[in-house]
Formats: sequence, structure tokens, C-alpha cells
Amino acid sequence: MGIRFILMVNKQGQTRLAQYYEYLTIEERRALEGEIVRKCLARNEQQCSFVEHRNYKIVYRRYASLFFLVGVDNDENELAILEFIHLLVETMDRHFGNVCELDIMFHLEKAHFMLEEMVMNGCIVETSKSNILAPIQLMDKAS
Amino acid sequence: MALSGMRGLSVFISDVRNCPNKEQERLRVDKELGNIRTRFKNEKGLTPYEKKKYVWKMLYIYMLGYDVDFGHMEAVSLISAPKYPEKQVGYIVTSSLLNENHDFLRLAINTVRNDIIGRNETFQCLALTLVGNIGGREFAESLAPDVQKLLISSSCRPLVRKKAALCLLRLYRKNPDVVNVDGWSDRMAQLLDERDLGVLTSSMSLLVALVANNHDAYWSCLPKCVKALERLARNQDIPQEYTYYGIPSPWLQVKTMRALQYFPTIEDPNTRRSLFEVLQRILMGTDVVKNVNKNNASHAVLFEALALVMHLDAEKEIMSQCVALLGKFIAVREPNIRYLGLENMTRMLMVTDVQDIIKRHQAQIITSLKDPDISIRRRALDLLYGMCDVSNTKDIVEELLQYLSTADFAMREELSLKAAILAEKFAPDLSWYVDVILQLIDKAGDFVSDDIWFRVVQFVTNNEDLQPYAAVKAREYLDKPAIHETMVKVSAYILGEYSHLLARRPGCSPKEIFSIIHEKLPTVSTSTIPILLSTYAKILMHTQPSDPELQNQIWAIFRKYESCIDAEIQQRAVEYFALSSKGAALMDIMAEMPKFPERQSALIKKAEDTETDTAEQSALKLRAQQQTSNALVVTDQRPANGTPPVSELGLVKVPSMSNVDHSSADHGVTQANGTLTVVDPQPPEPSADLLGDLLGPLAIEGPPGSAVQSERNLVPGTEGVPNADDALAIAPVGEQTNTVQPIGNIAERFQALCLKDSGVLYEDPYIQIGIKADWRAHQGRLVLFLGNKNTSPLVSVQALILPPSHLKMELSLVPDTIPPRAQVQCPLEVINLRPSRDVGVLDFSYKFGTHVNVKLRLPAVLNKFLQPISVSAEEFFPQWRSISGPPLKLQEVVRGVRPMSVAEMANLFNSFRLIVCPGLDPNANNLVASTTFYSESTRAMLCLIRIETDPADRTQLRMTVASGEPTLTFELKEFIKEQLVSIPTVSRGPAPPLPQTQPTSAPAALSDPGAMLAGLLH
Repeated sequence: MGIRFILMVNKQGQTRLAQYYEYLTIEERRALEGEIVRKCLARNEQQCSFVEHRNYKIVYRRYASLFFLVGVDNDENELAILEFIHLLVETMDRHFGNVCELDIMFHLEKAHFMLEEMVMNGCIVETSKSNILAPIQLMDKAS
Repeated sequence: MALSGMRGLSVFISDVRNCPNKEQERLRVDKELGNIRTRFKNEKGLTPYEKKKYVWKMLYIYMLGYDVDFGHMEAVSLISAPKYPEKQVGYIVTSSLLNENHDFLRLAINTVRNDIIGRNETFQCLALTLVGNIGGREFAESLAPDVQKLLISSSCRPLVRKKAALCLLRLYRKNPDVVNVDGWSDRMAQLLDERDLGVLTSSMSLLVALVANNHDAYWSCLPKCVKALERLARNQDIPQEYTYYGIPSPWLQVKTMRALQYFPTIEDPNTRRSLFEVLQRILMGTDVVKNVNKNNASHAVLFEALALVMHLDAEKEIMSQCVALLGKFIAVREPNIRYLGLENMTRMLMVTDVQDIIKRHQAQIITSLKDPDISIRRRALDLLYGMCDVSNTKDIVEELLQYLSTADFAMREELSLKAAILAEKFAPDLSWYVDVILQLIDKAGDFVSDDIWFRVVQFVTNNEDLQPYAAVKAREYLDKPAIHETMVKVSAYILGEYSHLLARRPGCSPKEIFSIIHEKLPTVSTSTIPILLSTYAKILMHTQPSDPELQNQIWAIFRKYESCIDAEIQQRAVEYFALSSKGAALMDIMAEMPKFPERQSALIKKAEDTETDTAEQSALKLRAQQQTSNALVVTDQRPANGTPPVSELGLVKVPSMSNVDHSSADHGVTQANGTLTVVDPQPPEPSADLLGDLLGPLAIEGPPGSAVQSERNLVPGTEGVPNADDALAIAPVGEQTNTVQPIGNIAERFQALCLKDSGVLYEDPYIQIGIKADWRAHQGRLVLFLGNKNTSPLVSVQALILPPSHLKMELSLVPDTIPPRAQVQCPLEVINLRPSRDVGVLDFSYKFGTHVNVKLRLPAVLNKFLQPISVSAEEFFPQWRSISGPPLKLQEVVRGVRPMSVAEMANLFNSFRLIVCPGLDPNANNLVASTTFYSESTRAMLCLIRIETDPADRTQLRMTVASGEPTLTFELKEFIKEQLVSIPTVSRGPAPPLPQTQPTSAPAALSDPGAMLAGLLH
């Protein structure tokens, strides 16, 4: 059913954002995140962006100190997900201006709002940056 | 960088960030949790802003991996806040912290519904997203019509409709009935005319889910998908915002092509032509460009187009174009493209008549098997495995073997399994197969499962020509200085059987063979020793004329192990010693193992089993199933009429049964393992896991004639017992039989399901019956999941429900055939008419070679109609008093109770939804519980229970049950009794008279609750 989870993890392995589209208990999450982070962070630039883990395929991309990891099922177009990560980063970039790890950390709620506009129930719901950001801008104006 | 609007939150986040280690972090988090907890306790003082801040902190803590087990209520309550910022936080945090089964979520249903049907579109969006992410069945039933209305409403703006589409997708997955196929397919087709690409993107996802389950109903959507794809590919009417690096929404293009892959074919020539025009353009017009993102996006579309072309079985010309493209991809340096090239080439293997073109790339693929990236190596391995056939098997398997010595541990097991399967499936000659397996064991013994060496033994046993060769090879490996234990097992086994064929060769005299094998004995584990003992016995038997020295040596070993602590070793030692003293009789008993029946390779079965099943089948998998599996054609050589040759019967292992007279007469051997073998009077089907034979205690076998004889003798004793409940009691656990044996204990499975609502009801090698139940008051909805575990269909499937008189049970139609590896769901509606402990039975049968019939108790038991209710002292006592004695209130002294502590008993009660009210009874040895029972005749009825235990004698207690209905009181009392005593009693006689023996409660003032409870019956 598409995207199972989206993780943002820095290169020390600390989770900066976690959004799951299927229910896992906190123990399962901890274990899964640990395994994935160990596997993905050890890889180098010459290796491909896809890692098979349990029943998931992890599509990941690194931006400076931050890794974006998306878990999908085995029936998803990998490159489309890879570029979806970039779309997410570009969207955050448009909002924060030169987005960095700290922006995501200290504006966890905004990162969540954006993600919520982009993915729902594991499916992509919107890919137009201005549409994604519209509700956040509306809120910023109001406050 | 601006700080977030919530200062407290920012401070907390930076505190956590500054923690030097995990321990400090935990302390800081604990402190914060404590703080939040206190603040939530006196909620009155909290402003919405504060509440919002704390809820975000909770989410942050949860994200860090700490459990947050409180505050859910506060998060949910924010949903009903009037202002957007609070409401939004409520929605987002609720959907992150809770899941669909959470009770608090139910509290929010009304608010959520009001937001969905309300006029405020930002509220609508929030509510739809929450339901879309975590909505459960209840939401599906109450909200689906509203959501559908929003999705097709012309007055609704796209921002709401796109969310409604995905929300409906969720609800549909929770309960497919919410989408009425007849009415909805036209609407769905209209939705695909949508101009707004956001709405179209989500609608396409919805369509994929609908079509995946029922493509017939959505034919009308097919041309619309092609139109949408044309629009995107030609970049017509695509707003700038939806192009990504110049490419019109690559995600929507991909999704649309994915949807098209769920339709089996495209019949309309015009639609087909238009689609192929688009696909041709994508295939030919995608160039490699410098910009990484553009390149990725265009290749995402290209790979999806490739998949669609493969699916459509296009003309050979366009297919060869695809293979050529893939051939280019698997040779590029760019790792992502190479990975996907390999992956898609593996899919391409399913297309007929391109295999030869793919084979041209073999050398290139083998290079990828040595790539530094494990992801790529795995893809290469899969591809090589898939493309292997008789023509290239030698090359490929030898590559795999070579790679095995350097492969990483993570891959070795898979690698050895695959090499073994390929060697078996496509071996050009059998001696090569033996070579491969022995090399495999030699190089990667740790990763060679038992199945693999069992299989080689089977081949050798069944092919006389192969036996001397295998014996020579086994002998050679034993010369190596250090060999893997599996190698010891397999060579000892083979040499035991066939070393006499080598007797004339140098170094192969019985004595030499014995001593070289015996050298290994000190190095092996307990599981190998029995095999070695069998080998010794067989060597001894083959030594003609007998060699007294060898005999003494071997006897000494048998005697040494006569007192071994391991029962298996001991039994063999004792028996072999006794048998080998018999002289000539040994010849018959120790004869070579007869041929194994042909059966599906357990290896291939294993490989198939590792593929995980998902509820929603992917297009690819569906396709894979439509193709006849190679594996089956090659290996499944069952006689079509299901009547195997008679000689097979000889293979039913009869554990020393035919030898009873020999052994027991001499030594009084106990038949610890000599369990009965249930024999199906019909010629049985060889079961796939007979492989266990080799390790079973029965390596020695009586000559076929006598085996059949004794087997037949056993039949009368065991026939006619296929009672579902008892089936396992007579089926020797871990023993080979030729009937279909259930996996796991049926009675235990039933017991477990009495306590939980989902699980496995029954399983055997061919089918698994799972159950999922949902109970609401006096009604229940069970779903039976009938899963065919095989690669061929199960036929003549029949399920009959035999309901007890108090239950109305209605089973929906059960299909006659379950397709290979498919699971069918059959809902079963249950209505409880009145209280009773009787259970319904599912009479289930199917045919897979033989006819299998089982009768299974259904877990629609009394306690399923109980709803926990906890009652305060103020409510309890007036009720208790108002019910004044038989027949509404019954008391009984129960003896023979399973001894358990009061706490254990309380747990037991709670697990049956008889909720123990702690503290109501001041005597710590007593407990009081309450529950509500639902049935059509009683409606909701409160039941009260009191148990007085005797600390001096835990095997007896006094139980009092009260309710407003005599039958209910009686049935509930009996039900509890059944749970308490070790052997469930089925006596339905009247309750025994009430002996006043237990001095539990002394008379006291009526204000004492204990006294009130005790005194009420007087």
C-alpha cells in the first residue's frame, strides 16, 4: 500500500522526525529504526539508494547531515519515491529558506504539517509546492 | 533560524539535544513527562495554548522512542477545540500517537463527523486526514457515505476532495462493503476526468485499490486512465506547479501506469493503440541527462512504462526494445539504474520468449553478483536464479558456488538454498548434482539446512546408478582434515548404505570406512551420533564374511552408548546391539532403505514459503500466479489420479514395530518412541515434509512386506477416530504419518481463541484457517480466512456451520475452490439468542489428493457476549441484595479447582471479561467480579460473581453467581466452573446442594461489605 513510514535521521543516528503509516508499537519502532539506521548510514555514495530490509524496501537520500529514509513495500516505484524525498526537501526549503536539521528539529510541527499535506494513508496526496504550503502560510499570517 | 512559536517546546528540545548521553536524555525526558502529567491532572488551569504545547512535547518524546502512555485523552480532546491551531494539533498528534483500536478514538467519532460534514473546509481537511490515516471499521461504517459525497461533490474544492479520496481508500480497506460496486464504478470513471491534478493523484490511488480487488467492475475506468496518461505525457493542460524538472507530475504518471497494470488486458484496439503510442514515446524518448533529479524522475516513468509493457504482452518487437534497454541499464555505472535494471529484468523473465535475449547478458549479471553493494548483489542473485535453466545451469551454479566462499553472511543461506534448488531442478546429470551439494556443504556447511542434505540422500537412494559415485565422493570428503558436521552426517549416511559397493577399492574396506567415520565421532554433536550408530550397524551387516575384530569394536561402542542420557542414542545403541547379535536376521532388518516416493522438493516449497503474502496482491504477483510454475512441473510428479504405486506403502515408517518380537524378547526394550501410526485406509498422498524421515528414530526399517503387514494390523485400532478435538491426541507428535496432520494443537488453538479475537483456528500442510472476530453486544461478526498454502488449488472446499440452538449463525458463501496461495475471507454473522455454553462447530472439508475433513469448535463462546463493566460498591451491593437466592442467585462449592493464587484467578477472570472489582470484598481471599451479558432474550444484563477461596486448601472454593435471569445465572456459573477446574466438566445436572462448610466470612455488622456478601443467601 505504498509508503509505510518516513524517517529523518541525522548522521549520529538520532531521529529527527518519524511518521508511520502503519501501526507499530514503540518497541517495534525502536528496533526497526535502529536496524535501518545501522544499515543505511554505513553505506557510501557509490552504492545505490535502495536497501532491502525485512518486508520493506528503504529508499533513502542524504542531505548534508540529515538522512531521509522512506520505507515502502516491495511494490512501489523506487525512483519516484527517491524524487518524492527531494520534493519534500525542496518544499521545506521554500518554506524555511535553506532548510537545515535544526529547522526540522525546532519546527517539528511545521515539518509534520507539510508531510500531512503531502502524504496521507501512505499515498501521495499532493505534489504542488504552493498547494502544500498554503495552509501553513495561512496559519503564519493569522498568528 | 526562527524559533518555534512555543518557547517551552523549543527549550525542551534544545535541552534534550544538549544531553551528553542517552542516560541524561532519559532523565530529562522523564522529568518532562512528570511535569506534563502533573499539569494534565489539574486540567482546569490549562489554557489551550499550554495544552497544545504539552501535546507537542509528548509527540516529540514519542518520536525519540519513549513510551507515552498518558495524555492521549488530552490530545483527543484538542480535536474538539473551536480554534484552528488547537484543533490541528489535536488531529495531527492524535493520528501519530493512537491507532485505530484505541478506545479514545471512539470518543472522537462524533466530533470528527461533525467536522467532516461541517462547512469549514480546513476542518474538513483535518478530519479527513485523521480518518484516512487511522480510521477503523467503526469509522468506515459511520462515515463512508459522507466521505463519498464530499469526493464527488461539485461544490467542494479540490483541497477537500483530494483528501476525501484517500480517506475513502482507507475506509474501503477497513470494510470493502462501504463502496457499492455498482454505483461507484461510474462515479470513479467520472473522477478520472478531473482536471485538478491533486484530486487526480489521490483518485488514482483509490482506483488502484479498487481495481486490485475487482477489475471487472472498473472496466470503464481503463480508457480514462489512458487519457490521463496521454494528457500528462503530452504535457497538455498541466499547471507549472505540477511539473517537476520539466516532467509533468512523474508521480501521477507512475500511479496511472500502475493502475493500468491491474487490468488483465486491453481489448479495445483504439485504446490499446493510444496507450502504446504513449509507451513507445516514453521508451524511446527518455534520455540520460545531467541533472540528477530530472534523470531520476524521467527514469521513474520509464521503469513504470517498462513494467506496463511487460504486463500487456506486447508484440515481440517492443519487448526486445525493452530487453535491450534493460541490458543497457544493467551495464551502467550509476548504481540506482543498475539496481532497477536488474530488478526489472527479473520481472521480464515472466514474459515468454525473451529469455534467450536475457541470457546474452549473463556475463554482465555475474559481474553485478560481485558488486560491493549488497542491494545490487541481491538483485543479481535473484535474476540469475530466475534465468537459470538446463542450458546454463552449470555456469550459473558454479558461479554461485564460487561466490559462496566470499559472500557476506547475510546472503549465504539464501545463496546456498538457491544453488541447491537450481542444481536439483536443472541438473544435466545427477552426479553433477551430487558434486554441487557436497561442495555446498563443504564451503558453507553452516548455511546448508537439513532439507538440502536430506534431498541429496533421497536422490541417491532413488537412483541406483548414482550410489557408487556418491559413496566415492563421500569417502573423498572424509579424507579432508576438517569437515563440517553436516558433511559427516551425509557421508556417514551414504557410506552406511552404499560403502559395500566400493569394497574392492583401496581404502574402502569396511574396517577402513568404519575407522575413518569413527574418527569424527568425538567432534560431532548429539544429533549426529544416532546417524553414525546406524552407519556402524549397516557396515557390520555388510561385512561378509564377518570380521570379529570389527564386530567387537562396534559392539563396544553400542554398549558404551547403552546408558547414554540421550534417549535417541540410547535406544539405537540398545536396539542395534540386540539386532546385530541376531546374526542372519540382521540382513533383513538392516537392508537398504527403499526408494522414497516422488514428492515436491521441500527446498522449493521452502523457497516459495519465504515469499510473504500480503492482503493486497501486487500486479506482479497476480501475474506470477497466472503463469504455471516451472518448479511444479519439474518436481511435482504425483500420479495424476492420486493412486501411488503400492510399494510406497512400505515407506510408512513403522518404528521397530515389526521388530518388537526380536528386541523386546531379548532385552525388554521399552517402546518409548514406538508410537502408533495412523494410516489412512485410502492410498495416501506423499506429504511434502516426509523428509524428516532421515532424522527420525526410524532409520532402520522392516522389509516392505512386514511393514505393510503390521501397518494393516494397526488400522482397526486407530480408525474412526478423526474427531476434531482428539485428532491430536492420537496423532503421534513429531511422527510421520501419511494422513493430513494438523499443525499445532487444535484444542489449544481453540482455547486461545476463546480469549482473543484473532488467530489461527486450524492449520495443516495445505490449509490455514484463521479467524478474526468482532463482538458487539449480542452480535458477532467473525471472518474466516481460508488460506491455501499450496501452489495448486484446493478443491471441493466445503464449510458447514452446525450452530447450537442458542446461536444464529450465518456463513457467507464459501467458494468451492481456493486458488493457489490465495486466501479467501468468509464472514460469519453470529447472533446470541439466549445464554448457553454450547458451542458451534465448523464442519470443514476439502480435497487435495485425499479428502480431508475436520470438525472445529468455533470460538463463539459465552464469554464473547460479555462486556466488561466495573461497578462501584454503591452500585454493587444494592444489586447483590436485590437478587435474593435461587434460581437467580446460585451458590456452589467447587472442588478439584486448579490451585492458583487469588491474583492469578483475578487475571483469569479478567481475561474472560469478568471484571474483578478490587477492594469490594475486604477479605483478601475472596474476589468479586461483574460483567454485562448480552443476548437477544436477556438484552444487556448485569451479572455479579463472588468467589470465596480457602487459603488452606486451594483446590476448593465457594462460588456465588447472580443475575436477573435463571438460565444465565446457571450457565455463567457452570462456565466459570469449567474454567476453574482442571478437566472441564460437562455435567448439566442441577447444582449440588449447598454445604455450608467454608468458614470464610464471620457474621458481622451489615455495614461490613464482606458480611453483606456472605449473608445474602441466608
